[in-house]
Amino acid sequence: MLLTRGEVLGHKKYGEHYHSLTIVAPEVGEQVQPGQFINVLCGEGSAHILRRPFSVYRVHKRGGWASTIEIVFDIRGAGTEYLAHLRPHMMVDLVGPLGRGFALPKGRAHCLLVGGGIGAAPLFFLADDLRNDGHRVDVILGARSNRMLLNPIEVRRLASVARVVTEDGSTGEQGRVTDVLEETIERCETEIIYTCGPHPMLEAVTKIGVNRKLPVQVAVEELMACGYGVCMTCVMPLKVKKKAGAGKSRARGARTSVNADGSQADAEDEVTYARSCTEGPVFNGASVIWNGHEEPVAPDQAELSPTGLAVAHGGFEDSADEHPPPGN
Amino acid sequence: MADLSIKLAGVELRTPVLVASGTFGAGREGSYFVPVNQLGGIIVKSTTLTPWKGKPTPRMCETPSGMLNAIGIQNKGIDHFISTDLPWLLKKDATVFASIAGNTVDEYIKVADKLRTGGRGITGVEINISCPNLEDHSNMFSHSPESTTAVVAGVRKALPKAALFPKLSPNVTSLTEIAGAAIEAGADGLSLINTLFGMAIDVEHRRPKLAGVTGGLSGPAIRPVAVRAVWEVHNAFPHIPVIGQGGISTAEDALEFILAGASAVAVGTSNFVNPRSSLEVTKGIGEYMDRNHVASVAELVGSVKTEG
Ligand SMILES: Cc1cc2nc3c(=O)[nH]c(=O)nc-3n(C[C@H](O)[C@H](O)[C@H](O)COP(=O)(O)OP(=O)(O)OC[C@H]3O[C@@H](n4cnc5c(N)ncnc54)[C@H](O)[C@@H]3O)c2cc1C
Ligand SMILES: Cc1cc2nc3c(=O)[nH]c(=O)nc-3n(C[C@H](O)[C@H](O)[C@H](O)COP(=O)(O)O)c2cc1C
Ligand code: FES
Repeated sequence: MLLTRGEVLGHKKYGEHYHSLTIVAPEVGEQVQPGQFINVLCGEGSAHILRRPFSVYRVHKRGGWASTIEIVFDIRGAGTEYLAHLRPHMMVDLVGPLGRGFALPKGRAHCLLVGGGIGAAPLFFLADDLRNDGHRVDVILGARSNRMLLNPIEVRRLASVARVVTEDGSTGEQGRVTDVLEETIERCETEIIYTCGPHPMLEAVTKIGVNRKLPVQVAVEELMACGYGVCMTCVMPLKVKKKAGAGKSRARGARTSVNADGSQADAEDEVTYARSCTEGPVFNGASVIWNGHEEPVAPDQAELSPTGLAVAHGGFEDSADEHPPPGN
Repeated sequence: MADLSIKLAGVELRTPVLVASGTFGAGREGSYFVPVNQLGGIIVKSTTLTPWKGKPTPRMCETPSGMLNAIGIQNKGIDHFISTDLPWLLKKDATVFASIAGNTVDEYIKVADKLRTGGRGITGVEINISCPNLEDHSNMFSHSPESTTAVVAGVRKALPKAALFPKLSPNVTSLTEIAGAAIEAGADGLSLINTLFGMAIDVEHRRPKLAGVTGGLSGPAIRPVAVRAVWEVHNAFPHIPVIGQGGISTAEDALEFILAGASAVAVGTSNFVNPRSSLEVTKGIGEYMDRNHVASVAELVGSVKTEG
C-alpha cells in the first residue's frame, strides 16, 4: 500500500466508449497482483472529495525501465470525467495496490475468465499472469452492445477459446455470458472460473459454477470511501459455514473476517460483512449473499476452493489485520 | 519547531491532532501511512459489548464536499478490542482513546466495566452517545439531557479515574444544555461534533441512496457547523477541554477549531481522502505557531477575537 503520485504516460481510447490511462508508478507496478486496485484522487479542492477505485487493467514492465500501470474506465460522473481530461505529463495522486487479488492455481489448470462490460478490466491482467504461469485461459466477454465490449480484439489474442456475446447481438453471439457459460465450461474442460462485472451476472455465473463443483472467484465493485480498510462502507455480506479446524486451509476469502473474531466460535453459520477493499474485492462466489438478505448460492460450497489448485499468490490468508506493516 | 505537546483534561498528548472514531479503524491499516506514535491520539472505532454486524449496503454516498454514512457501528466487540487491538496499539506506542457505544445504559456500563479491568494503558475514553436508545423509542441518547446524564454518570461510576469525553451530536436544539448535562454527570471534556443527520435520494430509482435511509454527514461540508458548536460550548464552559472535529483536512481547518476553543482536534473523513492528512495537519500547526511566535498550543485555544 503506497500513497504516491504518478505521471500520466498516455491517454487513449478502446473503441469509442472506454478511456485508458497509463501511469508511471514503478513501486505500485512491481507489487500489484491481478484483481487488486488503485484509489485515485480525481481533482483537488473540488466538491467531490473521495477517491475513486479502479482495477489495474494491465501492468507494463519495460526491461530495466520503470513499470507502468494501466486503468480503463468509462465516464460515469465527475470523477471519471476528470480522469478523461488527463493528458501525458500530468500527475495523478493514487493509493495502491489495494485489496486482495485473485488466487492463482498452483498446478496447471484450465481457467475460464468471464467479464461483463467494464467489469472485464481486471481479467486482462489476470489472463497475462495465468498465461505466463502456463495455464490455459479461455474467456467469455459480454456486454449490452458492441460499444460496451472491452477490447474484444485483445481477448481473441489472449484466449485459447474466446466467446464474445452482446445482448443486442451487435457483435459476436446474441445473449448473455451465462447463455454460453455451460457449453464453454464443457468444451474447455474448465477447472476454475474467474469473473468480474455487475452483481446479477456474478451471481448467475456463481450458480452455474458451483452446480458443477467448480471454484468461482468473483471480483466485486462496492462503493468505497477509504479503500484501505478503515471506514467499513464497502462490505459484502458473506455466509460462512463453520467446521472444526476449517480455519487453517487457504483459498477461502470468506472466512477470514469471521475467524478474526474469536468471540463467535461456536456459531454454526454466520453472516458477516467483509470489507471488499481489504478482504476483497475478490471473494469466493459461493460464500457471497448476493441479494443482501437471503441465502448464499451454495453455503455448503463455501468450502469449495480452487480444488487441487492450491493458491499460489494473492490468496486468502488472514486479512491485513494479521499482517501489520513492517517498521511501525 | 514549536512545541506541539498539550495537556488535555490532565493527560499529556504529543500533539493536539488525533484521528476520529470510525475513520482510522484500530490503527493497523492507517499505520501503513502514518506511524501511529506520531499522532496526538487514536480514537478507535466505537466498540460495543457484543460484536455488531452493522447495516446492509449501500452504506455511504458522496455529497457535495462531504459524505453520508450509515454503517451501524460494525465492530468486533469490546473483548476483541481488549485482547487484540489494544495490545497492538500500545506496542506501537500509540496514545489510545477508546470509544464506547451501546443501545442501553446498561450496555455502556458493561463496556466501561470491561475497560476498567482490561483497559490498562488507555489514555482516555470517548463516549459515543449518538446511538439509538432502545429503551426510549430509539431516540439517540445524545438528544436528551436525561439520557445523556444517565449514560455519562453510569460510565463515570464504572470508570472513576478515566478521562471521559462524551461525544455530542449536533442534531439538537440546545447543544449547551446537553453539554451541561454531560459535565454535570462527570465528563472531563467533550468531543464535538459527531455527524449531522442527512439523507440523499436516487431520483431515477426513487430510493434512498443509503440502505439505512438516513445517515451521518461528515467532511468539509459540516465544518462551519462544527466550529460554531465548539465556539458555543467553549464560551458556555470555558474550563472544559474540547476535542473539536468535523471536516478537518488542513492545518488551517484545525486552527479554526482551536481558535474557537478546542484544546485538541480530530481528523476524520479526510483520512479516507489523504491517509496522511493527520500528519500534514500537525506539521502545518507547527509552522503556523513558528510563523506567529506562539510557544504553546494552549495560547491559541479560544483566542478568536469576536469583539473590537
Ligand atoms: C474495486 C473496484 C474496481 C473498479 N474498477 C473499475 C474499472 O476498472 N473501471 C471503471 O470504469 N470503473 C471501475 N470501478 C467503478 C469506479 O470506481 C466508478 O465508476 C467511479 O467511482 C465512478 O466515479 P464518478 O465520479 O465518475 O461517478 P459518480 O458520480 O461517483 O457515480 C456515477 C455512477 O457510477 C456509480 N458508481 C460509483 N462508484 C461506483 C463503484 N465503486 N462501483 C460501481 N459503480 C459505481 C454510481 O452509483 C453512479 O451511478 C471500480 C470500483 C471498485 C470498487
Ligand atoms: C465512515 C464513518 C464512520 C464513523 N464511525 C464513527 C463511530 O464508530 N463512532 C463515532 O463516535 N463516530 C464515528 N464517526 C464520526 C467521526 O468520528 C467524526 O466525528 C465525524 O465524521 C466528523 O468529522 P469529519 O467530518 O472529520 O469526518 C464516523 C464517521 C464516518 C465518516
Ligand atoms: S472502503 Fe473503507 S473499509 Fe473498505
